[in-house]
Amino acid sequence: MGIPDSGDSMEPADFLPRHRLQSLLDHLLQQGFEILAPQLRDGAILFRPTQHVDQLPRGVTQQQAPGHYRLQQGDSPRCFSWANGPQAIKPLTFTPQETLWRSELQADGSLRFHEAPVVTRATAVIGVRGCDLAALALQDRHFLERIEDPLYRQRRDSLLLIAVDCSHPADTCFCASTGDGPEAQTGFDLALTELAEGYRVRAGSVRGEGIMRALPLVASDAALRQEAIEQARRARQQQRALPDFDPAALIQQGEHPAWDKVADACLSCGNCTSVCPSCFCHSEAEAPTLDGQQSEHQRQWDSCFSEGHSYIHGLHVRPDTRSRYKQWLTHKFGSWVEQYGRSGCTGCGRCISWCPVGIDPLQVLRELGEEVK
Amino acid sequence: MRHQQLPASAEVVRRVQETADIFTLQLRLDDPSDPSLLTIQPGQFNMLGVFGVGEVPISFKALTNDHDGTPLLEHTIRAVGRVTRALSALKPGDRIGVRGPFGHGWPLAEAQAKDVCVITGGLGCAPAVSVVEHLFVNRSAFGRIHIIQGVRHSDDLIWRTQYEAWARKPDTEVQLAADSAAPDWPWFSGRVTELIKRLSLQPERTRVYCCGPEPMMRASAEQLITQGVNEDAIWLSLERNMQCATGHCGHCQFGADFICRDGPVFNYPHIRDRLGLKGV
Ligand SMILES: Cc1cc2nc3c(=O)[nH]c(=O)nc-3n(C[C@H](O)[C@H](O)[C@H](O)COP(=O)(O)OP(=O)(O)OC[C@H]3O[C@@H](n4cnc5c(N)ncnc54)[C@H](O)[C@@H]3O)c2cc1C
Ligand code: SF4
Ligand code: SF4
Ligand code: FES
Repeated sequence: MGIPDSGDSMEPADFLPRHRLQSLLDHLLQQGFEILAPQLRDGAILFRPTQHVDQLPRGVTQQQAPGHYRLQQGDSPRCFSWANGPQAIKPLTFTPQETLWRSELQADGSLRFHEAPVVTRATAVIGVRGCDLAALALQDRHFLERIEDPLYRQRRDSLLLIAVDCSHPADTCFCASTGDGPEAQTGFDLALTELAEGYRVRAGSVRGEGIMRALPLVASDAALRQEAIEQARRARQQQRALPDFDPAALIQQGEHPAWDKVADACLSCGNCTSVCPSCFCHSEAEAPTLDGQQSEHQRQWDSCFSEGHSYIHGLHVRPDTRSRYKQWLTHKFGSWVEQYGRSGCTGCGRCISWCPVGIDPLQVLRELGEEVK
Repeated sequence: MRHQQLPASAEVVRRVQETADIFTLQLRLDDPSDPSLLTIQPGQFNMLGVFGVGEVPISFKALTNDHDGTPLLEHTIRAVGRVTRALSALKPGDRIGVRGPFGHGWPLAEAQAKDVCVITGGLGCAPAVSVVEHLFVNRSAFGRIHIIQGVRHSDDLIWRTQYEAWARKPDTEVQLAADSAAPDWPWFSGRVTELIKRLSLQPERTRVYCCGPEPMMRASAEQLITQGVNEDAIWLSLERNMQCATGHCGHCQFGADFICRDGPVFNYPHIRDRLGLKGV
């Protein structure tokens, strides 16, 4: 009584040795979760149903550059030594295509409208990055505040998020400058720091605390703590950073020659918007059944780069690539601040890597900041 | 209770052909016990959906009563494309889906005891007709009424008799302008802004509701400000491509505003700096 235990046992148990990582998956499976975790698929890292740690991308690292994404197989035992794949969790909450409601023609000529049932399963996602958690928080605000999207709500509520701090940012990443990474900051249930011998674990929610209690954790010693600090410091040293610019001024910069230059290069393909974890644009369409008795009102991802996006009868508000690129950049980095109190960019770098012609919006922002000669 | 984003079924009870391509639908809700659709205000809009074809945003024109007292929703529509043509092909007895009401309408409560100047440009500006009808129904609540409508060609004017009827009402000024006019045009030939110059306004007690092409609304607003109208007293209704109407799909984005949710009616100072910027 009153006499403290020896130093080491005072440390909270927060370290999961690598050979015990499966116990996390087993616990989640046993709790009834479907697990989505990163896997190697067709030369990319994608989140797929996973039961066993053997399915994780062990030893895989990646190289990203403007218009460039390549994976390499090494012999490290680490499973999360990559920055991000083409998609992370956006499709889980805001699905690429879904039915919003069904209409049904009744015998008396009236119409019946039915909500479209969403089939969700409690899903645990392992390997979520800080930038993507920040983007999810933005999507939450977009789809849940003011007017709530009921389908998004149901999908969102089905997720348990297990983040992994980013230890290997790509050359295209700049989350340190947007303040969204490389370590996971908020919005996770559990977060892991992958170190040479295993994982330091911290909880971000009551559910996460519950999971921690169920894991065979040991206390991490001073060396492990030091390793984690060093790793985080290295991860923060990124090649790219958001330049200084005035978000409110972007929309007024319509005549700057930087727009002409980027418009010459841009293909209006919309890749940047489909890989961006915060982009929310979608279009709606009716899909009637062949017998003409039912129709599904569907939505699918759309992009401000698409031809019809700004069409109003007889007029395209944004008829050319120049105005569409301008819309994308001024919205993502400018109007978003007014809409949601922060920029829509969380520094994941995907739009740079997955742009077929390697356009880097940070470069465009820098040029916009330069005086016109 | 109907889910907020789920359409309600409504029956077309009457269809009035206004001009070659403009028609009015009177709609009776299949379930009139759902009150939310009937709270619609001038300036707000509904999404009208044709089964198997699609939905379009259409302004509220009027709320009337059937002979048995059942409320009827009126929408005036110009057949221009895929969905509006399908709406045009509907006959009495056909059903459509109605979602709404959406957006913010004209700030009518704030205009109490003030003069109201309604300026419209283009064909059949339904959001303006709904507000004019509201003003006459609640006539004693407002001061002078100015109604200004500009059209490209005098033949484009719909509801000519309606304008003539309004012009005969007390304390009401109606001015029509056509950029180019047929010989029998008794009104002004020229631009709406020229007409505004001739208005007998009491600028400090005037509220302006404006709807039409953006360059015309901008020019009108600037003209009114020159004439002493406070810029805070000017309200504009904007239009963009709309699909969800709930602020989610992004199509109607206008800088930081979603027109479906934050508009379609905006206070002029709020949007002035964006109005007229190319591609916004
Ligand atoms: C707030 C608001 C109120 C409106 N009120 C009326 C009204 O009272 N009466 C009326 O006749 N028209 C009104 N319109 C315009 C009307 O919505 C369009 O004419 C209609 O959407 C054209 O659809 P369509 O499929 O027939 O045409 P298409 O040319 O085939 O259009 C295809 C698609 O483009 C989009 N689109 C095209 N034109 C417009 C447009 N002007 N505005 C928004 N989206 C468009 C729609 O998504 C449409 O489904 C309003 C528009 C808005 C935004
Ligand atoms: S704008 Fe580019 S870097 Fe920023 S969040 Fe979107 S995809 Fe990532
Ligand atoms: S910036 Fe790149 S990815 Fe985006 S639309 Fe243009 S070419 Fe496509
Ligand atoms: S119509 Fe979808 S955001 Fe306004």
